[in-house]
Amino acid sequence: MAHVQLTNVKKSFGALEIIKGVDLEVKDREFVVIVGPSGCGKSTLLRMIAGLEEITAGDVLIDGVRVNDVPPDARGLAMVFQSYALYPHMSVADNMGFALRLAGVPRQERGAKVLAAAKILQLDPLLERKPGQLSGGQRQRVAIGRAIVRSPKVFLFDEPLSNLDAALRVQMRVELAKLRRDLKATVIYVTHDQVEAMTMADRIVVLNQGRVEQVGSPLELYRQPVNRFVAGFIGSPTMNFVDVTATAVSDQGAAVRLPGGAVMTIPVASANVSVGDKLTLGARAEHLKVAPSGPLRGQVLVVERLGGLTYLYVQLTPADLVIVQAEGDLSVKVRDVVAVALEPRSAHLFRSDGAAISLLGGQPPAT
Amino acid sequence: MRPRTKRKIRMTFLGWAAALLVAFPIFWMTLAAFKTEIVAVSTPPQLFFSPTLQNFAEVQSRGDYLIFAGNSIVISASATLIAILLALPAAYAMAFHPSNRTKDLLLWMLSTKMMPAVGVLIPIYLIYKGLHLLDTVYGLIIIYILMNLPIVAWMIYSFFREVPKEILEAARMDGARPLQQVTLLLVPLALPGIASTALLSIILCWNEAFWSINLTATQARPLTAFIASFSSPEGLFWAKLSAASLLAIAPIVIFGFMTQRQLVRGLTFGAVK
Repeated sequence: MAHVQLTNVKKSFGALEIIKGVDLEVKDREFVVIVGPSGCGKSTLLRMIAGLEEITAGDVLIDGVRVNDVPPDARGLAMVFQSYALYPHMSVADNMGFALRLAGVPRQERGAKVLAAAKILQLDPLLERKPGQLSGGQRQRVAIGRAIVRSPKVFLFDEPLSNLDAALRVQMRVELAKLRRDLKATVIYVTHDQVEAMTMADRIVVLNQGRVEQVGSPLELYRQPVNRFVAGFIGSPTMNFVDVTATAVSDQGAAVRLPGGAVMTIPVASANVSVGDKLTLGARAEHLKVAPSGPLRGQVLVVERLGGLTYLYVQLTPADLVIVQAEGDLSVKVRDVVAVALEPRSAHLFRSDGAAISLLGGQPPAT
Repeated sequence: MRPRTKRKIRMTFLGWAAALLVAFPIFWMTLAAFKTEIVAVSTPPQLFFSPTLQNFAEVQSRGDYLIFAGNSIVISASATLIAILLALPAAYAMAFHPSNRTKDLLLWMLSTKMMPAVGVLIPIYLIYKGLHLLDTVYGLIIIYILMNLPIVAWMIYSFFREVPKEILEAARMDGARPLQQVTLLLVPLALPGIASTALLSIILCWNEAFWSINLTATQARPLTAFIASFSSPEGLFWAKLSAASLLAIAPIVIFGFMTQRQLVRGLTFGAVK
């Protein structure tokens, strides 16, 4: 069993508060990804769980035991660092066995454990090499192997893939997901890359300026972001936002005036919306379609052809640029004027303070 | 000619000129060591002469070179070793657990090198007299440790700073205590730097003349005092002085020559990042 609980955890450096009270529960064998823009405090939070940073206020509990004052190695965690942090003067085997050596594990037992971990990661032919003689991906695997050897209760990953090139990153992502299944491990994983978060997590924690914005499964966050920050952060390409004004409120939702003058009724719980409110309409690229009847019109600024699909950057008004997803073979050229349609049930409405107005009848349909 | 080639020629010429300028006194001293006293002071100076070993024989007859050399080796090596052992934990603390005052502390340590040694000669002499450290090898070792400790600590601190912090954090996660972090990780990783620090410290100890001449009389004299015993206020006996000097510097010059790659790395530490 490995269960991590954070209650109102805070961290300050002098007068500067980096983590402003985080509550989080990580269940046994859960893969939790903490994601956020750089400087949001996600690495600091992970380092506090690891024991590398002191906890200013609040409690960190591992399996119900408060570990605020327990040194890092006694918490039963293992961490994989962004820079790998391998010991450059030691062989791969010595790197992986270092913790066991410090713990006084006999040489034979140590060797067996290192070999077992090396086999999982296909590192067994490289055990005698030094880190300097390995490629980036191999170093990454040694860093993971060093964590596996300790059979920790919880694996902590601090942006482990950000030093790898794009192709290797995708490959390691798949390997990590597989590894995690094989090891049946509890994982807390920090990244700034929302694609990593979406693809690997059981649950995602979106952190912004030291606060948790939203916790939920990848699709929950994707479909029901609680505020504009989460909506904009999760998903690629970024959700489109346009400023709208509420023109009518009814049981059916709120009618809003779109750029260009058309009015559209969005099925949201409109109890707290009044006519004249300045709102933000959010729509993902795949929910926008090029259709002659569409209520939005604009000139195509850029055409990005990815083969299977095409992204059109459409300038609706001088202030509103939206990304529209279209089929790969759509014959649209730069400077063409297109009409864009939007399915009201897949749109999101946000108040001026960023909070989402919940949709009527639960989540929107999947695409 | 391309401007780059021109620049290269100019820099090479300048480099050689500077090197020759620096090396000339040593070259001249080496020549004088093999001249007779008369030839050594003749004007114009003679570049070609029949060399003699007579000076070395006379120098050796006045005092046993090996005793002085032995003192120099023991003092330089011991002082360096102890200074490094003292500096390692200090550098570890300053590099990886800095406080608000670490910068001040480093500057203060270095500032102790700015005072002329003669300023504390009388108090040190009296303290040494009281502690019966005058004219002892231990006395010189202690003063050399104190003399070099700021530089040694500063250098090891800079080499430690080059070790990525994450490596020590990984070690902390693996359960390494501070002493293990130093012995199992930092010392092996900073070994080239520690070696150049040791070389520099040995050279500084070997060449130190002020304290060795003032704090010793007969028993603990190193080679610097050996040279000094051949210099006469009237400027006589150049050939013998040169022979003694050559004997005194020969070991350290050979040592420095053999380890010059390490030395250059140490002396330019922090310059290339």
